[in-house]
Amino acid sequence: MAETTLAPPAPKATLLDSNELVINMGPQHPSTHGVLRVILKLDGETVLGADCVIGYLHRGVEKIAENRTYQQFAPYVDRMDYVAAVSNGLGYCMAVEKLLDVEIPERAQAVRVILTEINRISSHLLWLGTHALDIGAITPVFLCFREREEALKIFEKYCGARLTTHAFRIGGLQYETHDTFEKDCLAFCDLMEEKLKEYHALLTGNRIWVKRTKGIGILNAADCKDYGVTGPVLRAAGEKWDLRKAQPYSGYEKYDFDLPTAENGDTFDRYMVRMEEMVQSCRIIRQAVESLPSGPIKGKVGRVIKPPPGEAYVSIEAPKGELGYYIVSDGSLNPYRVRVRPPSFVNLGALDKMCRGSLVADVVAIIGTIDIVLGEVDR
Amino acid sequence: MPDASKPGASPPAAKPVPPKPAKKPAVMETEPWEGPLADALRNRFGEAVFLYGIYRGQAFIEIGAEAVSGILEFLKNEEAFDYLVDLTAVHRPDKEKPFEIVWILYSFAKNTRLRVKASVADGGKIPSVAALYSSADWAEREAYDMFGVEFENHPDLKRILMPDEWEGFPLRKEYDIIRQDEDWVRENLKIESAQ
Repeated sequence: MAETTLAPPAPKATLLDSNELVINMGPQHPSTHGVLRVILKLDGETVLGADCVIGYLHRGVEKIAENRTYQQFAPYVDRMDYVAAVSNGLGYCMAVEKLLDVEIPERAQAVRVILTEINRISSHLLWLGTHALDIGAITPVFLCFREREEALKIFEKYCGARLTTHAFRIGGLQYETHDTFEKDCLAFCDLMEEKLKEYHALLTGNRIWVKRTKGIGILNAADCKDYGVTGPVLRAAGEKWDLRKAQPYSGYEKYDFDLPTAENGDTFDRYMVRMEEMVQSCRIIRQAVESLPSGPIKGKVGRVIKPPPGEAYVSIEAPKGELGYYIVSDGSLNPYRVRVRPPSFVNLGALDKMCRGSLVADVVAIIGTIDIVLGEVDR
Repeated sequence: MPDASKPGASPPAAKPVPPKPAKKPAVMETEPWEGPLADALRNRFGEAVFLYGIYRGQAFIEIGAEAVSGILEFLKNEEAFDYLVDLTAVHRPDKEKPFEIVWILYSFAKNTRLRVKASVADGGKIPSVAALYSSADWAEREAYDMFGVEFENHPDLKRILMPDEWEGFPLRKEYDIIRQDEDWVRENLKIESAQ
């Protein structure tokens, strides 16, 4: 694509133009999902441009990493995308394991897949509940949190934590699964498959829902690639791309699952893609539980983690898109540099593109449909 | 641990000395990267690419800062690297050109990744690729925010995560972890120090 889609920044207004209005949305606004401030330039109710102001939740995670050992930093990554902490942990562990060049036992890989997929469902449930709430449907949020609770219970039973789980360790797993692990996971799949029908009945054919989401915030596949937007947003635009299929990791090549896609790349399509992804996650969990191998849960990793000097970029398909870790090692106990490639941050960069020309009420729907977590945007 | 020499104990039998583990390398052990893409780059850009390396199965090239625009344009338009995954920097203060800028590229058509690296001196400029990849817009702003690397021809190079008036660049190695812009904190948070 030769042409650039990035419009030049709006010139600083010097004269008072009575048609244009600049309003601030956030940072204290319930539908910005945290502390996101969007400066909207409006002409009546039409959005002319949206400028994101971020960083309110910046904690300097990448700086902290340079001052911690590899193991000490692992719990910090959970606090970036805190609704998908398991995915964050998986990406980080895999990046360090790449530097160490260790093999992860099959059992550990399978348990990782199961927990990550449960986390994908719980992340999508939170997205669905809050997204519907933003648009004005109150019921789904209660239903979604009810089911999400079951997912969090599995995490709690497995590792003691519900949200910032720190479920994985560099080299494999810390804990063996609990006695009822398989049964709980399968029961959760049964429950989800049942409840997803309920969500569909509430929303999919709902005229208000359809009117509020169809044709809103369109982002086509070419623009997605240009802005680096990945995950369900890219798949809803028709690109059948998922790192679990494109560059399988942690044994995803062993499981049979489909990549849901859609054509229009609007808010409704992204809703349908995420709904179907939950079904596919259940499929993966079932297969992984049924073929769960026995054996060790930790690879040959010493107590002291000291990767040789080098660098590696490892990325996984997090619920929100490509989550990557670029780690540079200088051979010491602390990483020399940890760069997190957060899907939320990159996807939010396309907000301006998606908002232009839409109504101000739709901005709320568009922020919801990108599925951002500000803890990950700001790090 | 104290020496295990209990009174009356017979002297411990000489343990066989385990062979010393091979010394860990002090620098990144890269292997040369060969392939059609490396050849294409070599033919096209010759001296501008200093190194074709592969480490842990991940290919990367090191290029001169002046060749960035040309090489990235070539990679995007002719080699289908249509997705700029990430752009970041690494600070190596003991080098002559301490800021290493890293572009991580991905090609949907080929399903391959490539890292492009270029070093720049403190205060030196690096061309912006925001016109080529829209995703570079925010990424370059973040690299500027954290390292103070200037990207030439960026549409709006300003801080993104730190407050606009903040002094200093937090991810530089000389920036201590507890350091902060005390004037900014005093003025905006109305407290003496956050520490």
